[in-house]
Amino acid sequence: MILTAIFFYLFATVTIGAAFMVITARNPVHAVLFLILAFVNSAGLFMLAGAEFLAFILIVVYVGAVAVLFLFVVMMLDVDFAELRSGFLDYLPVGGVVGLIVLAELLLVLGSWVVAPGAIGDPVQPIPDMDQVSNVEALGNILYTRYVFFFQIAGMILLVAMVGAIVLTLHHKDKALRQNIGDQVARTPATAIEVVSDVEPGKGLKG
Amino acid sequence: MEQFVDIYLIPGLIMVGQSLLLLVGLLLFVAYILYADRKIWAAVQMRRGPNVVGPWGLFQSFADLLKFVFKEPVVPSASSKVVFLLAPLVSVTLALAGWAVIPVAENWVIADINVGILYVFAISSLGVYGVIMGGWASNSKYAFLGALRSAAQMVSYEVSIGFVIITVLLAAGSLNLTDIVMSQSSGLGTNMGMANSLLDWYWLPLFPMFIIFFISALAETNRPPFDLPEAESELVAGFMVEYGSTPYMMYMLGEYAAIVLMSSLMTILFLGGWLPPVDIAPFNWVPGIFWFILKTFMVFFMISLVKAFVPRYRYDQLMRLGWKVFLPISLFMVFATALVLQLTRSAT
Repeated sequence: MILTAIFFYLFATVTIGAAFMVITARNPVHAVLFLILAFVNSAGLFMLAGAEFLAFILIVVYVGAVAVLFLFVVMMLDVDFAELRSGFLDYLPVGGVVGLIVLAELLLVLGSWVVAPGAIGDPVQPIPDMDQVSNVEALGNILYTRYVFFFQIAGMILLVAMVGAIVLTLHHKDKALRQNIGDQVARTPATAIEVVSDVEPGKGLKG
Repeated sequence: MEQFVDIYLIPGLIMVGQSLLLLVGLLLFVAYILYADRKIWAAVQMRRGPNVVGPWGLFQSFADLLKFVFKEPVVPSASSKVVFLLAPLVSVTLALAGWAVIPVAENWVIADINVGILYVFAISSLGVYGVIMGGWASNSKYAFLGALRSAAQMVSYEVSIGFVIITVLLAAGSLNLTDIVMSQSSGLGTNMGMANSLLDWYWLPLFPMFIIFFISALAETNRPPFDLPEAESELVAGFMVEYGSTPYMMYMLGEYAAIVLMSSLMTILFLGGWLPPVDIAPFNWVPGIFWFILKTFMVFFMISLVKAFVPRYRYDQLMRLGWKVFLPISLFMVFATALVLQLTRSAT
């Protein structure tokens, strides 16, 4: 299993290094690219843990879609980083407090695990053996039976968020010209061409 | 030490050998696909196409390779240099990496992983980075416009490709590419008492999905009529306008490798992979790899013909087609396929 250990340290080091570069890189686009590197390496860590489905979903959703839109927005914005950095000291206390809270929470979670392994309790569902059932099957079996209610609720919340985003950004302008493909396809020579032969010289078509 | 040799060294060497074999075969195939693309395009327009280098121009691709490699690479001075050179590498590496899980014949696959189709989908969804990075790093407005277009286009068509793949997965009941092919060895034709034939493959029961996948694959690989990222009449050459010599060649290689990957994926999902068209005497003597290559080439032939026939889409129409036509149809088909499978119970 030395190979697994080697790959673990490789992915872990690159993930942490890339995450560090995300916050220190001067160029915002480079920062997003480092973020993507961190995502891909986290997917590698998932894979080592045997969660192949999660690993690929992480790549498809976060790297393939979310980060692309992220990159899209950052490239379009002309962010002046020198100006952003000028207020660094003002935000330092707030940032420090947030960092401390996260650190304390992490210590609490991990600490309780180390001090009293029994306190967290056994996992509610036993993790099936990798040889018997594949990742996808195991996830599907539990997600669509035991947690189907939460799954549906999550879907509804996403739907509401999507409808909300569309309502906020959709403005129907009455004067804007719109293309109706159905109308265009339905045009025939009979409806599209009007033969005007009896027009008096010097006079327009309709008055 | 002996254990090390047995567990790591020998399987590792075998894997490297297999990968090299696949890679060399693939690159040769890509060289001739490029040649075929130009010849088919020329034939449609009643031209001769490449016919000077070698007999019937057969060595044209290799001459082009030499030309690109010996040219001086030019890096724009205002560009972001590392990203500029990284972008074509990303593009070509991802296009070749997808091949690791493609079964070219029964058990002829480098990594037969459980979630093979998800791997290919993930890798092809990363392909957009080569384009965006190149377009941004060039620091040129045409390149940047091309990159923005492609980002929106590839993300939109990925959605419908995902749903098409889901319908096939529902029908096959597995995410493993070998299993998907094997599940096509029985179906409509065998239910009527015939030998396994092309009637069993998924193109017939999932015909609308086959068409949607074909068109989405064109958009995903930036092929005409959806080649808006490089629309030469408006953006000169889009995201690769600043590229020359070897980096440009890597972009071209990545593009064609991705096209062949999509063709082979279509072969596996809808055209029965390496299965012979009819499982009777003269056909099933032929090794499976032959049928796989033949089918992949047939799909590529269709892709190539589209390039010659169809004018380029306008950008808003492209978006409309992806989001307002393909997405509802494929979403409905996922529902319909699941319903039919639930009623007939053939999924279990």
